[in-house]
Amino acid sequence: MDSTVVNTSAENKRWGGGIEPLKASYGKMMMWFFLTSDSLTFTGFLAAYGFSRFKFADSWPIADDVFTHVPFIHGNYPMIFVAFMTFILIMSSVTMVLAVDAGHRMDKAKVSLYMFLTVLGGFVFLSSQAYEWTTFIKGGYGAVGTHGGNIIHFVDADGERVALKDFAIAESTERTQHTNKDGLWFSGEKALTSFTFEEVLAGFEANPGVFVRTTYTAEDGHKTVLSRSESLKELQTKGKNVVEGANLIQNEYGPPLFANYFFFITGFHGFHVSIGVMLNIIVFFNVLIGTYERRRSYEMVEKVGLYWHFVDLVWVFVFTFFYLV
Amino acid sequence: MESHAQAEPHKLAIFRGYLKFKSNKQKIWGVLIFLALVTAVEVLLGIYKPEMFMGQVLGMKALNWIFIILTIVKAYYITWDFMHMRDETASLRRMVVWTAVFLISYLIFILLQEGDYIEYVFSTGFVKTDF
Repeated sequence: MDSTVVNTSAENKRWGGGIEPLKASYGKMMMWFFLTSDSLTFTGFLAAYGFSRFKFADSWPIADDVFTHVPFIHGNYPMIFVAFMTFILIMSSVTMVLAVDAGHRMDKAKVSLYMFLTVLGGFVFLSSQAYEWTTFIKGGYGAVGTHGGNIIHFVDADGERVALKDFAIAESTERTQHTNKDGLWFSGEKALTSFTFEEVLAGFEANPGVFVRTTYTAEDGHKTVLSRSESLKELQTKGKNVVEGANLIQNEYGPPLFANYFFFITGFHGFHVSIGVMLNIIVFFNVLIGTYERRRSYEMVEKVGLYWHFVDLVWVFVFTFFYLV
Repeated sequence: MESHAQAEPHKLAIFRGYLKFKSNKQKIWGVLIFLALVTAVEVLLGIYKPEMFMGQVLGMKALNWIFIILTIVKAYYITWDFMHMRDETASLRRMVVWTAVFLISYLIFILLQEGDYIEYVFSTGFVKTDF
């Protein structure tokens, strides 16, 4: 190829390729830029959450009233389970960075061990999130929705929550779920709640020890509890339907947007974790069959590691804004 | 490409040089302990909500500011030490971090400002929601 005109003089080398001004390979750099843009997506979600929270400043649920469950243990333990989830994710970040470190030393056995532990941590986190979603969707105490779309909770004289089933008076009338085979013009019906509003109202009137806790936060940071006479008036004039658990239309915790953001943001994060677990598994098997050994570089572990740490990073913020603030 | 990974040793000091580690591995465990401590402090504050942090500072509870600051501290150490941002060139670091910090601040400002305004409109009686 002597006839090809190629200028190889020193001053033109800058544009000849093969130079890395950022001292990072193309793949690693692009992973960083992807993460930058992805962080903006998550910021969009979390800032929108902040928007709605500022908008409904006085009626937003208090996280400690909502996320109180720990698997296998009954009772009221806010924060414990999410703290565990956070720790799991940070721990799997550590095993990931140890894998990267072992990769730099070309230590195949250590890389595969740490990758395996990272994948394991990812699965534990995803299962925890599945549990979190299940308890959130199922709900605990049940509530009454008002005509204005607010939520009414019930408490006893000490301010402890009272479940609907503890005071509602079940009537003998049967109300069967409307299904496809019974109707000519079937348009679908939401699942029936375990009590009707009338049953809850009758039970409330018969139990003087139950009070209404409104959706509005008082000065002291707790929800306002009404006196017995105010409670009766509140329920009789404003009550409309029974709400149990959470869906995208209504939830027993507070404004509908609260559940929507919960599903959307933790769901989008969980989706990222699932993708991360998948990538980690692919890399794990590539380590096992010696792909990177032959390449003489474990940089792929590093790139996947960046993504995995980012997932951890996002969770740190989700944790703060959903459970702490 | 591998030459970079091999040749460049990691920067092993954190806390502006107050704490130096002997190896990269040791630094990882050190940072983990620090992150776990910060998380533990957050969880304890979240459970007990001490009365002394309940005052209003710049439109928010002091406790919430503490949570946000601790979160940013955690984010810094995850990015700098787990993602090895400390070892990248200054230009790559600035491209990623400054861009994100600028755009994120802007987005948060716009949305929270607007949310606060709508809350004001709601609460000054133009819209009735409690019925």
